[in-house]
Amino acid sequence: MDLDVVLLSRIQFASTIAFHYLFPPLTIGMGVVLVWLEGRYLWTKEPIYETAAKFWTQLFAVTFAMGVATGIVMEFQFGTNWAVYSRFVGDVFGSALAAEGIFAFFLESGFLAVLVFGWDKVSARFHFFSTLMVSLGSIFSAVWIVVANSWQQTPAGHHIVQMMRDGRPWYDASGNPIMRAEVVDFWAVVFNPSTVDRLTHTLIGAFIMGAFFIMSISAYYLLKHRHEEFARRSFTGALIFATIFSLAQLFSGHSNAKMVAEHQPAKLAAFEGHFKTGPANLSITGIPDAAARVTHGELAIPGMLSLLVHGDPQAPVIGLDKIPEKYWPPLVMSFLSYHVMVGIGMFFIAVTLLASFLRWRKTLFQQRWLMWIFVFAVLLAVAGNQLGWAAAEVGRQPWVVHPRIERADNGAFAEDSSGMLAYRTDEGLLTHRAVSEAVVGGQVLSSIIMFGAIYLLLLAIWVMVLNHKIHHGPVPVMIAAATPPGSLLDAAAGRIEHEQSMTEAKDDSRPEP
Amino acid sequence: MDLHIIWFILLGILLAGYAVLDGFDLGVGILHPLARGDNDRRIFINAIGPIWDGNEVWLVVFGGALFAAFPEAYATIFSGFYIAFMLLLFALIFRAASIEFRSKISSPGWRRAWDSGFFVSSLLATLLFGVAVGNGMIGIPLNARGVFIGTFFDLLGPYPIMVGLLSVAMFAMHGSLYLYLKVPHGELHERIGRWMWHTWGIFLVLYILTTMYTLVAVPGAVPNFNRAPWAGLIVVVNVLAIANIPRAVFNDKPGQAFVSSCLTIMALVALFSIALWPNLVTARNDPAHSLTIYRAASSPKTLEIMFLIALIGMPLVLAYTTVVYWTFRRRVELGPHSY
Repeated sequence: MDLDVVLLSRIQFASTIAFHYLFPPLTIGMGVVLVWLEGRYLWTKEPIYETAAKFWTQLFAVTFAMGVATGIVMEFQFGTNWAVYSRFVGDVFGSALAAEGIFAFFLESGFLAVLVFGWDKVSARFHFFSTLMVSLGSIFSAVWIVVANSWQQTPAGHHIVQMMRDGRPWYDASGNPIMRAEVVDFWAVVFNPSTVDRLTHTLIGAFIMGAFFIMSISAYYLLKHRHEEFARRSFTGALIFATIFSLAQLFSGHSNAKMVAEHQPAKLAAFEGHFKTGPANLSITGIPDAAARVTHGELAIPGMLSLLVHGDPQAPVIGLDKIPEKYWPPLVMSFLSYHVMVGIGMFFIAVTLLASFLRWRKTLFQQRWLMWIFVFAVLLAVAGNQLGWAAAEVGRQPWVVHPRIERADNGAFAEDSSGMLAYRTDEGLLTHRAVSEAVVGGQVLSSIIMFGAIYLLLLAIWVMVLNHKIHHGPVPVMIAAATPPGSLLDAAAGRIEHEQSMTEAKDDSRPEP
Repeated sequence: MDLHIIWFILLGILLAGYAVLDGFDLGVGILHPLARGDNDRRIFINAIGPIWDGNEVWLVVFGGALFAAFPEAYATIFSGFYIAFMLLLFALIFRAASIEFRSKISSPGWRRAWDSGFFVSSLLATLLFGVAVGNGMIGIPLNARGVFIGTFFDLLGPYPIMVGLLSVAMFAMHGSLYLYLKVPHGELHERIGRWMWHTWGIFLVLYILTTMYTLVAVPGAVPNFNRAPWAGLIVVVNVLAIANIPRAVFNDKPGQAFVSSCLTIMALVALFSIALWPNLVTARNDPAHSLTIYRAASSPKTLEIMFLIALIGMPLVLAYTTVVYWTFRRRVELGPHSY
């Protein structure tokens, strides 16, 4: 049997990165919340903040470990499955990845130890500092990985040159020059045209995810009448966070769409099912059909896409008719992942605004139906983050490194003699040419099976451990304060009476075996 | 000194840092089945609890730095050793899960399963590292483009397996010396004291055998030492460090014994690098296909940028590593936040 290495490697990359990406947005989002809680504790000395910080730290640590374990795969996989890609881009892309390791991973992993195991070993101030460093580390990690990915989308700051070997230009066995990308301007690589927009969108997505995770668990406690004071405060804090960032995501998304229109017109056309160049509608529903070149079942706001992208409802937006068909992204996947993501974002704006209004009216926590929605809305946050990346990456296809498109002197896209946009194909790399030469399909199939088995196991265990911790609930700090005499936690010990009245956790506040 | 040489040395430092740091926590995993009862096993896991994750980052950064500085070597090695790297990833993921999840549920069956997982994954990862180094020594078949042209089983020759076994023995020894410093005084501590002798003995036998095998099987390793007589000093350091381990243990200076073990590992990584020089990947079939530090490298501009990143980053890394090791310098005490 002849197995398709390219297809299998794509399936493996997509599934391992999708699984990995369940965890980083959660730890980035929760990291910021932990900093806030510990900061509040240092400021106010109210023990409930320390109780909360300790509780969320447990969930954070398990999630973080999952992110690390699945993240190593990503660092290795460029070399194992995409060796041709690695040879072509290593000079540029490798630097961003190495910078991530040096600036982010060491910072996170080092201070994570203090965050998780250091409660009784370091001062509260140093613990706060460690939490801040872990949170910063996770954000740095996002910065460098989004820089690397954005360079694949909108490459800049490099040139494509023939490789030299032993001082002479290098040719392959059939006499073709061996080319690769080399850095010319490092800061132009870092701040390539899509970095800032995409980083903002990614980080806001992560903050929303963290907030919805906390609201989910808090809503569950409120519905079950457990740890109510803790849950009300956690919910309120996370709700403010979620409302602000859900709104901010709308503006970030708009800015991203304009950037995509400017640099990757095929991607935007695929997102919107926009076949014919001209004034463009904003589609709400539909299924694009590549063969018939129409979007079936389309419900659209007339002229809205033109208005959003160019500020004029009559302005033409480039459609798929200007793109050679061999450079079309897969239309159905691009369209659906993009539309469902946008739908989830709109739902978040509506539900967080409604909840904020009810919170202001002081009736939020009586709305059991709304609390149930929040219990499950975290799954939508996961879906939104996943689909956003799916849209970004599927929309880049068939390129693994997207080439620039020829432009006229005024900056508008130039057309070739047949009226199509002219891709500078020698600058890009097609995905199906990027796969390792030394790897055969059977090997990739066996590694997919291995990852499938181990990831399913890990996911089941992660859910089980989270469930266990959530049922166990937050442990008031007085328990911890009883063990190490002379620690800073003594401050909390003086408030035991107060603490007991604030949470109902005293019955199940046994320390874990 | 040009940037290619600097990056060859920096990669050697990252590899040595990884081998010294993750070496002892992999060693703890290899010794894990010898711990009796849940309490002793928790002590083992918590001896490396706060630091194993940071130790593993050295490997990730080694991979990233290889990608950035020598992309041709990164692509050749990672795609050529496909099955080996997938097994390594399996071991590392499984190991992280074992450490993280073992103590979260108190059922004995649950804990036994993860104890086995911790042992098997630590053993497998160590063996694979050794096999990879062994293959680095004897070289692998490459075509003119620098692409691996063998199969997975070509990588399992007797010499690489020998180096794999040596690595297991070395990390077990390193792990026992580390545990002796971290485990609280008592019965377990005394038993670990005996393991130091046993693991050192096994390591010594394998070290002598591997050295002899290397001199016979890897003729290419010798000329570099003839060209650079100063490299003989590293051999001397290596032998003295190995000899000092039992001396320090006998004199009840476990800290000195552990430092000697660190030096042993660093010296071995240095000897490996010298034997390899100037190649990153040696082509066994045709030396003209070997990936040297010049053929495999990124552009001088990238090497320079990466060097600046390393200059800014490495002092920070050393600072936080020191802070974290200092914070957790005491012997293990099981508490509410332990694994």
